[in-house]
Amino acid sequence: MSRLRTAMTAAVGLIVAGHTAVQAAGAIEGGGRQALNIPAIIMFFVFVGATLGITYWAARRTRSAADFYAAGGGITGFQNGLAIAGDYMSAASFLGISGLVFASGFDGLIYSVGWLVGWPVILFLIAERLRNLGKYTFADVVSFRLEQMPVRTLSAVGTLSVVAFYLIAQMVGAGKLIELLFGLPYLYAVVIVGALMIVYVAFGGMVATTWVQIIKACLLLGGATFMALMVMARFGFSPEAMFQAGVEIHPKKSSIMAPGNLVSDPISAVSLGLALMFGTAGLPHILMRFFTVADAKAARKSVFYATGFIGYFYILTFIIGFGAITLLMNDPSYYKVAASGAYNKITDLLGGTNMAAVHLADAVGGSLFLGFISAVAFATILAVVAGLTLAGASAVSHDLYASLSAKGKVSEDREVRISKIAAIAIGIVAVILGYVFENQNVAFMVGLAFAVAASCNFPVLLMSVFWKGTTTRGVVVGGFLGLIAAVAMVVLSPAVWVKTFGFTAALFPYDNPALFSMAIAFGGIWLFSKLDASLRASKEQAAFEPQFIRSETGIGAAGALAH
Amino acid sequence: MNSDFVTRVKGDPQFNELVLRRSRFAWILSAVMLAIYFGFIFIIAFAPKVLAIPIGAGVTTVGIPVGLMVIVSAFVLTGIYVRRANSEFDAITRQIIERAK
Repeated sequence: MSRLRTAMTAAVGLIVAGHTAVQAAGAIEGGGRQALNIPAIIMFFVFVGATLGITYWAARRTRSAADFYAAGGGITGFQNGLAIAGDYMSAASFLGISGLVFASGFDGLIYSVGWLVGWPVILFLIAERLRNLGKYTFADVVSFRLEQMPVRTLSAVGTLSVVAFYLIAQMVGAGKLIELLFGLPYLYAVVIVGALMIVYVAFGGMVATTWVQIIKACLLLGGATFMALMVMARFGFSPEAMFQAGVEIHPKKSSIMAPGNLVSDPISAVSLGLALMFGTAGLPHILMRFFTVADAKAARKSVFYATGFIGYFYILTFIIGFGAITLLMNDPSYYKVAASGAYNKITDLLGGTNMAAVHLADAVGGSLFLGFISAVAFATILAVVAGLTLAGASAVSHDLYASLSAKGKVSEDREVRISKIAAIAIGIVAVILGYVFENQNVAFMVGLAFAVAASCNFPVLLMSVFWKGTTTRGVVVGGFLGLIAAVAMVVLSPAVWVKTFGFTAALFPYDNPALFSMAIAFGGIWLFSKLDASLRASKEQAAFEPQFIRSETGIGAAGALAH
Repeated sequence: MNSDFVTRVKGDPQFNELVLRRSRFAWILSAVMLAIYFGFIFIIAFAPKVLAIPIGAGVTTVGIPVGLMVIVSAFVLTGIYVRRANSEFDAITRQIIERAK
């Protein structure tokens, strides 16, 4: 595979730019392409062929709206757990976190932990209430006792913002990664991703999307497990032996075994922690997954399995990062070597530090396994963008069209058709955005998606379910304030205002606004609900009781979903 | 859902007990998760040296098992909740619904 390695030299890199964990998931940058990687392409075609077959099968059994949005409620807790993990483990978190461990050791673990701890909170506070109150989207839950039109509009704007920011990061990342791994031109790569995600979502709906995610999760977990086992086997399955070798080889020596300077100022640390924890609980494509299972019991189980798979995956990435330190750093063939024979063991890695896991695949399994991991990385991107597209399409058809334009008087067939058209439109827009943003630094986009999810979607969901006093006016004003605050603060932050736009001083001092924007959202919902003395408000507050009983017991919950 | 039904469930003492018990359980577990995570983050921010102490004579530091424990604790806490919710709480919920019918 020296051809691949040589081709990667052209300063191609997946860079975990910036210094926040949120950004790690989306930061894939660099340019240039390499020679066609035949084994990777063959394995990729096998994956695409299998998923298209599943889409065909799914399309034949997708008839009702419940099938399209929620797979007819027929996904089991275990399957949904895998699918959630598949939705959540992006290519950038696989390559980014293992690359971070490769570059600075222990600090990579800090990031993994942040990504995981939102899941228990989702389970304890959100999952079963969501399942008991909603049907297809989280807007169903928020608008349960509130006025449909304004609340669904807010939820749809929140959903589409998160989907757009996340999609831009994924599309640009996908284009760069595919260019790098397969040797396909950037535009082709983006068009292929866009076309496949349209096919999965428009034809196969939630059934196909779910199975794409399950297959991808199995491939990614299988591939990462194999790599971690191969690494551990070299050290007689002794972590101490592996760490010892790592400390000897790594230029930072024993400091890779302790926290570095990633987290220094407590306000940033807390703000980042909040964005990760509660942003996860406000991601529309994740929340949608709780409607694909039959009941609250299965919803709970799916979080349990998902947390297990994701946690296990992060432990694997840590081992993979250390494996890369021990197996790559003394091998010049993985590096851009100067004429003198010298190379920097961290920064001179071909393709940048985020290629550590890919090079390690070659080191432990040869070119065939390298091709496998490349194909898995592509599959990973496809699964994530398909989930996002479905969430966006549902917001358009179920929340905007069916509930607003048609005032709920729309046939299921028509609603599903609108959703399919929306999926096609979102796919086309995503390709255009991917093309437009090709040479932009999109590292902050995933951070933005999490900030909006934590500051708009999560507060309105939590307050409408838990606080009796919540009114339509409170939710709409507070939700929009949170959304605007999150976007404004991210734009004015050092990461965007200075590093992306090139201004000299940031107008907002922190890269993660969640601490402030969440406070604005919750404060706004509370204040404007309190100030709301309308007749509508008192009716909404009176309607809390039946909602509360249903959210706690599941009485009357969307039983129609079951076949 | 008709209003008689709501009144009956609401008047069921077991319903109030279920809500109280389950929400207390859920908030305690949430608080434990928050405390573990932000405890970890604050140690990193204020006392990173604690995590740099080697275990025994090796190079493995205290930070490695501590970090792994945070990951494992997230999984264990979800397991604890699911176990109790899927047995005890669900059984009580079924009884409440039966009675209210």
